[in-house]
Formats: sequence, structure tokens, C-alpha cells
Amino acid sequence: MIERPVKLACRHVWKIYGSHPQRLLAGGGVPSLEEIRRTDHVGAVRDASLEIGEGEIFVIMGLSGSGKSTLVRCLSRLVEPTAGEILYDGEDLLKASAARMIEIRRHRMGMVFQHFALLPHLTVLENVAFPLEVQGMDRKMREARAREVVQLVGLQGRESNFPRQLSGGQQQRVGIARSLAVEPDLWFLDEPFSALDPLIRREMQEEFLRIQRQLKKTIVFITHDFDEAIRLADRIAIMKDGAVVQVATPEELVLAPANAYVAAFTAHVARAKVVTLGRIAVPGQVERVAGTLPAAARIEEVADRIVLADAPFAVERDGAVIGHVTPAAVISILIGRQP
Amino acid sequence: MTPWRGIWAGLALVALGLAVLASLPAGWLWPPQAMQVPFAGWLTAAMTWLTDSAAIGPVTVKDLTRGFATLVEAPYEVVKVLLVDGITEGKGRRATTIIPPLSWVAVTVAAVALGHFARDIWLGLLAGALMTYLAVFGQWDSAMVTLASIAIAVPLGVLGGVALGIAAWRWPWVERVLSPVLDLMQTIPTFAFLVPILVLFGFGPVAALLATIIYAMPPMVRVTIVALRAVPSEILDFASMAGCTPGQRMRKVMLPVAIPDLMVGVNQVIMLSLNMVIIASMIGAGGLGADVLASLRQLNIGGGIEAGLAITALAVVLDRLGQAMSERVARAEVRQGNWWRRHPRTTLVLVVALLTGALGQLVPALQDWPKAWEITTKPFWADLIRHINLSYFDQLEAVRVWFLEALLLPVRRFFLGLPWLFLLAVLALAGWRLGGLRLAGLVLALGLFIAATGLWELAMITVYLCGLSVVIAMLIGLPLGILAALNETAGKVIGAVVDTLQTLPSFVYLIPVVMLFRVGDFSAMIAVVLFALVPAVKYTAHGLRSVPPELIEAGVVCGCTRAQILRKIQLPMAVPMILLGLNQTILLALSMLVITALVGTRDLGQEVYSALATADVGRGLVSGLAVAAIAIIADRLIGAAAGRARARLEVA
Repeated sequence: MIERPVKLACRHVWKIYGSHPQRLLAGGGVPSLEEIRRTDHVGAVRDASLEIGEGEIFVIMGLSGSGKSTLVRCLSRLVEPTAGEILYDGEDLLKASAARMIEIRRHRMGMVFQHFALLPHLTVLENVAFPLEVQGMDRKMREARAREVVQLVGLQGRESNFPRQLSGGQQQRVGIARSLAVEPDLWFLDEPFSALDPLIRREMQEEFLRIQRQLKKTIVFITHDFDEAIRLADRIAIMKDGAVVQVATPEELVLAPANAYVAAFTAHVARAKVVTLGRIAVPGQVERVAGTLPAAARIEEVADRIVLADAPFAVERDGAVIGHVTPAAVISILIGRQP
Repeated sequence: MTPWRGIWAGLALVALGLAVLASLPAGWLWPPQAMQVPFAGWLTAAMTWLTDSAAIGPVTVKDLTRGFATLVEAPYEVVKVLLVDGITEGKGRRATTIIPPLSWVAVTVAAVALGHFARDIWLGLLAGALMTYLAVFGQWDSAMVTLASIAIAVPLGVLGGVALGIAAWRWPWVERVLSPVLDLMQTIPTFAFLVPILVLFGFGPVAALLATIIYAMPPMVRVTIVALRAVPSEILDFASMAGCTPGQRMRKVMLPVAIPDLMVGVNQVIMLSLNMVIIASMIGAGGLGADVLASLRQLNIGGGIEAGLAITALAVVLDRLGQAMSERVARAEVRQGNWWRRHPRTTLVLVVALLTGALGQLVPALQDWPKAWEITTKPFWADLIRHINLSYFDQLEAVRVWFLEALLLPVRRFFLGLPWLFLLAVLALAGWRLGGLRLAGLVLALGLFIAATGLWELAMITVYLCGLSVVIAMLIGLPLGILAALNETAGKVIGAVVDTLQTLPSFVYLIPVVMLFRVGDFSAMIAVVLFALVPAVKYTAHGLRSVPPELIEAGVVCGCTRAQILRKIQLPMAVPMILLGLNQTILLALSMLVITALVGTRDLGQEVYSALATADVGRGLVSGLAVAAIAIIADRLIGAAAGRARARLEVA
């Protein structure tokens, strides 16, 4: 895995709802879940620490009520955390003034919402141009920029439609375009595809990956759908009861779950979707290879070629051959044997 | 549950016994003189102090009210010039018009254009036809005076309401202060508003305008608060993420998103303004209201009916246009080109206004509908009523006497025969059963307030008339509501009638009633029943319609007959909604009852009315507050009952 510089980090972030949340945390205390509940408080986010690398797709995954939505709202400071630090390019957002926060949000953050949050009284173009209008950019410039992003999400020709005239998938494309209009470095997506039909969701995930390959933003992506998480993520943080249970690549999560909760989540995931060739490569040389494949390739993507070949494939990482994979090893993953 | 049924039945029997059999001494019936508190005197003194000597720094309250009046007067004058007066030179009879007001053609075309803009050409034609009706039947001038008041009252009422609503949304303490004030303003009778306004601002159109604005504002405040709260939290989050300042968030995001909801409030402001502008003719509003009032006072049958019909026409125009505007979906009609190409309707109206204004000098019929062509229906109505009264006098009189002797008088005797302490105790008990100690305390306090005003007897007359009218309204409204819910055709017809009834200002109801039954409690009762019928029908129909279909399917599967489904499923499920309808019926009945003082009832309403005539602030306000106290008692008790009924259904 390539080491990336840290873009966004949060350290010991808490969000406790109730009458006296500060009292629970007084003196740097770390109250347990039981303690918080006993005093009639709700621990929406408990002691969350994360580091998100530049250009990384970081997925926060959890069931409803796990605190993932509150955590992303703490990261963007839509919700004021009870305690902790949130560092964006080294600057602590929680110490930023209201004016500074407006400045940061206007130019360096974008967010996509689960239910799109489009303004019903504005056209597609006006919606997309809205963040620029708020900054005070003049009409010509902002509309030109808005047209570019509308094109990027494939909605050209729809500029003068109103949101209600669009399908759910199209509406979310508008939401995506709008969040990208200001060219933010940091892109929050709060369950962006959860309100869409399964087929459209799939299509939008492809679209999202295409856009990300082009733009290379730093992304915090919230979802409750584990399949979506492993399709999109570089790394996944799993949350439960407001706490981060494990942060790992999809492959590590499946192969080395931190506890029974994570294991239960990953139990039904087809191994071929997450396991990479590097993981099952057997060290050493063989006489004849059918070809060479990268170690980061997931088995699902290359299974066809390996199984149909009459010889093993060499596996290379950073230009050096680290071993080989046989069709038998791939089949054993495909049929669900533990690697 | 069961012992309580017995207790209530027992209490009812005791009440009947006390009122009918035992003739108690007056000392038992009414609160003792000793406990009377001179609220009226205090209020009058406070008002005198306020108008004569109160000052904030160097500015006296008098200056303040004058300034306020000027603030409203200036735009009112402009609109009046446009619609009524034109620009004239000289005074009185020798005044010569330099620039005429908008011609009837121009205003009518504007109404058509507005209808077309709001929905379609059919609505436009309806509005145009009704405006033409006003011209043809000689009601144009009065109607324009009324319209001018509304044209000022509505924008000011809406702006003020939205501003207060935003403040209440922004700062919780504002809402805590506003909420009880709004509650009180919605229950205090309209006449009672007029008295302090009369004292502060004098007699005349500006005072009437201010009364109208104040009266029509509360629903806009409430609607604004609700509409702002209903903006989805994601949209608020988006506004923050887009980097909106608090001002931008309100202006560019929240208000536009809330507009469909806000428009419902605007429509309410329009209708309330119309209602109040008519009533405010008592303090000099002029226009159609003044015509009705004058006709009522002179028992001028034809004139009253004509003015009443004109108000109805105006009400229908305003209501339909307002509703269409509130339902209007922004159409994607982006037009290119010059200003007049992009705004074809506005251009058309402007052109017509200028053309008819100019040509009107040559062809007067374009400016004013010629007097010679006016159709007057006064003799027709007068003849009709005379004919009815001559031919059916015996029948009408028989109905009236029967109602009076069999219904009104016994009920009146019953209420006046109840000892006041007994009644208070029963009310408090009901409050305790329905809503706990707090409600009991509130009911008791309000009851004691009425006792302390020394208006107990008048209050009992109010309760008797109101109670009887409400019972009759429910007896008529429930079956109509059931019919409307069960039968689609009947539903449409009843819905249309009820909607029209609802748009009529309360004054209008008095006219036909007085013509047929002369003045007195019976006439008052009929007017109140007609006015208060609407919510009884509407809520019943709505309650029945909103019973979940799977419950009805379950009934069908169980083999219920239609009657059984109605009796055992739909009606019980609709009880909370029907109770809310009852609540609204009571509130409307009380507000109408005060207005029936014009036809000679002898209750709290008469007290307010005569206070208005003598500009007696204390007396007017205290009797108004007593009516409000009755309304609040009824509202809270029934509200609590409805809440309990709903809670029971949810558990089940």
C-alpha cells in the first residue's frame, strides 16, 4: 500500500447528547458505554480517531444508529463535537471562527447528501451554481463553471430542468455536480446512493469511481452497505455504538476481522471480491507461467484468465515477481474455502 | 372508566335538578359582588395613561401611534388613488379629476391575467366575470375601497407575520412570549380588537386597516414557524456546507424552500383580512362593509343583499386566486427577449390600463361602468323578501316560536339556573379527568376570572346560545360529513358548498337571517349555526376518509355490512378528528356570536358591541377577554379529550 500524506485527521472525537455531556468527559475521562447510558446521555460518537490520506477513498461503514452520520457531521463541523480535535491540513477546525469555517466550506469542502438536498425552486444549473453564487461570483462565471460540472456528471441538456422533473439517480448527479462546483479538496458523501434503486445504485457507483479516477479527491464516504464499501473503499472504518471498531482495507477486514462483530459482517462477503493475488501468491519460481499479474488485483477481476490458462501466473509487486498463483488456488477462493 | 360514567350521569342529573326544580336564590346562582374585581376600570385607566401621558423618553405613545398610522396611511393613500380616487384637483364637489383611477376594464383585465398566471384561463375568466359583476351591479366603488384596504393589509400582514415567525424560529424566547399572545388573539372576538384600536388611532380607514393587519397576522406567524421548522435538516446542512452566512441561509435557502407552505398562510391572511375589513367598517373602514352595516341598521333589505352578494363575489375571487397561487407550481417557462416578451401578462395589463385611462376621457364607459347600464336588484330582493314574509309569515313565525319555546328558552333557563360554584366544580373535575391538575387549575382560574369580571350572567347567556348553536351545527354537520366521506358525488357537492360558505365574511350571514326572522336570539342562532357548520362537516369527512384502508378491508373480510363498517370501524377511528372539528365549531360559533350582537342578542357580545359604540376600552376588553376565557376553556378541554382519544387509538 502506498503511503499517503494525511489530509484529514480526527483525534479522540466525542459527541455526547444529553443534559451535561461535558461532565462525563471532565478531566480527560473516558466513560464507558454503560456509564453514558446510565446517566441518561447518548454517546453518538465515542473517542473516534481516524487518519485519512490524501486522494484516498475512506469509507465509514456501520448500521443505522452506529454514529457514522454524526461522525461525518463532526468532521465537517455541522455538528459541534463535545471534545476532540479535527485537523484538516493540520488546522484544527474546532478552533476556527465562524467566518473561517464559512471560508473553508466555501472553497475546500463539498458534501453530497442521502436525500440529495437540492433546492426545489432552482433549476439544475442554478442548483449547481449555488455554492458559487453564495461566494459572490458573478452570474456568467458561475454558470460557465456549473456547465462544466454538469457535463462531468453527464447531465448536459438538463440544465434548465427543475429537480422534481428528474429521476432519483439524476437528482443525485446534480447533488454530486453541486458539491464539486467549488473544486474542493475534501469530499464528504453521506450515504449518497442509499436512497436509489439497486440497479441505479450500481451505475452510480461506477460513475463515482470514474469521476474519482479523474479528480483524485480525498473522500469520506458513509454507507451502511458493506458490498458498497468494499467496492469503493481504499480503507474502511467500521463503527458500532459510536465507536470505531476497526480500520482496515477490505481485504484485511474479511481475512482478519478484529472481533466477532466485524466477522459477522464480513462472513457473507464473497472472498473473491476482496482477496488480492498478493495474498494467495505462493513464493518461488515455476518453470512456465501463462503471464504476469499485479499483486493488487482482486481475484474476482482476474479469475477468468487464471482459471482458463494452462499454467500458473506470476504475481509481481513494484516490478518484482513475488510468487505465483495456480488455478487451483483461485478456484478454492471462488468456491469459498478459507485462504 | 365505568364508575366515572356513573359519576358524570349523576352530575348531569343534579344539574338538571338544581336548574329546573329548585329555584335557588340569586346569591347561589351568581358570584357575589364582593369578589368582583374592577378590571374594566383598571384597563380604562391604563389606556388613558397610555394615550395621554405615557412616553418613552421624549416620544409619547401618542406620537408613536401617530407615526405608526402615517406609516400605514402613506401606501394606503397610493393604492386608494390607483383604485378609487385618481388624482384630483380642488376639494369636494368642484374637484376635477386630472388623472382617473384605474378603469374597471383595467382592473378586470388584471384579475383575468392574475387568474391565468396562477392557474389557467378558466380561473382568469371566473375572476374577470365576478369583477364585471361588481361593475354591472353598481358595487364597483365600494368594492374598490374594500380592495384597496386588502391590497395594503395583506402585504403588511404577511411581512409582519414572516418577520415575527423568523424571530420566533431564531430565538426560542421570542416564541415563548409570542405563543400565548397568538393563542389569545385567535380566541378574542373581533369586536374586542376594535375598541383599543379605536381609542389609540381614532375613527377612520387607517384605524380599520391597522385592526385588519393585527387580526390577520397571527396565522402567518404560526405558518412561518411551522414552515421554517419543516425545512429538511439536510437542506440546512447543505446551506452550511455551501458556506452560507446566516443571512444567506435564511434568504436564499430557507425562505424559498418554505414558500409552498408560506403561501398557505398568505391565503389565510387574505381571507382573514377580508373578514376583518368588513367588520372594521364599525370603526370607519368604508367600502362594502359599511354598505352592509348601513343596510342592517336601516333594515334596507335589497341594499344589504346586494352588498352581501358583492362581498361574496369579492371573497370568491380573492379565495380562488389565493388558493391557486399557493398551489401554483413554478412552471419552467423561461422566455427570451425583451422585458415585455418575458412578461406578456404584465405588459397586457399595463397597456390596457393606459389605453382605457386615455380613451376613457372620450368614451366614459371604458372608465366607469355607466350608471344607466347598472342593474339594480334591490327592488327584486325587497319584493322577494316581502313576498316570502307575507305568504309564509305564519309558517316562519311558527318555526321561530317553536324553536324559542321548545329549545331556546328552556336551555337558557337551565344555564341561568345553575349555581356558579357547582358549574366551576364540574368544569374543574372535567379538566382534572382529561388533563390532570394543570388543566383543572387553568380551567378553574379562567372560570374565576369570568366570575370576577361581574359578567357571569352574560357569560351564561353566551354559553347557552353558543352551546345550543354548536349542538345543532354538529347535528347537521356530522351526517353531512359522513355523507360527503361515503359518497363521492355528494362529497364533491358538499365540499364545494362548504368551501364557499367558508370564504364568506361573518357579516354576510346576518343579512338573510334578519330578513326572514327579524332580530333576536333565534336569528342569531341560525347565523351562528350556518357560520360554524363548516368545520363540523369538514373535519368529520376528513376523519372518516383518513381511516387506513386496510382496516376497512379487514372489516369487509370479517363480513361487516356497510353500516357496521361505518359504526364499528370508521366512526370510532375518526373520533379524534371529529373532536377537533367540534373544537373549531365552538371557536367559530363564539366569534360569530359576538357579531350577532348586531341583531340584538343580550350576551357578552352585546357588551363588547356597546363598548365599541361608546369607545369604552375597559368594558370592551374585559368582555372580550371573558369570551376568550370561555373559548380557551372549551378549547383546552376538548383538545385534551381529542388527545386522549388519539392516544387510545394509537395504543390499540
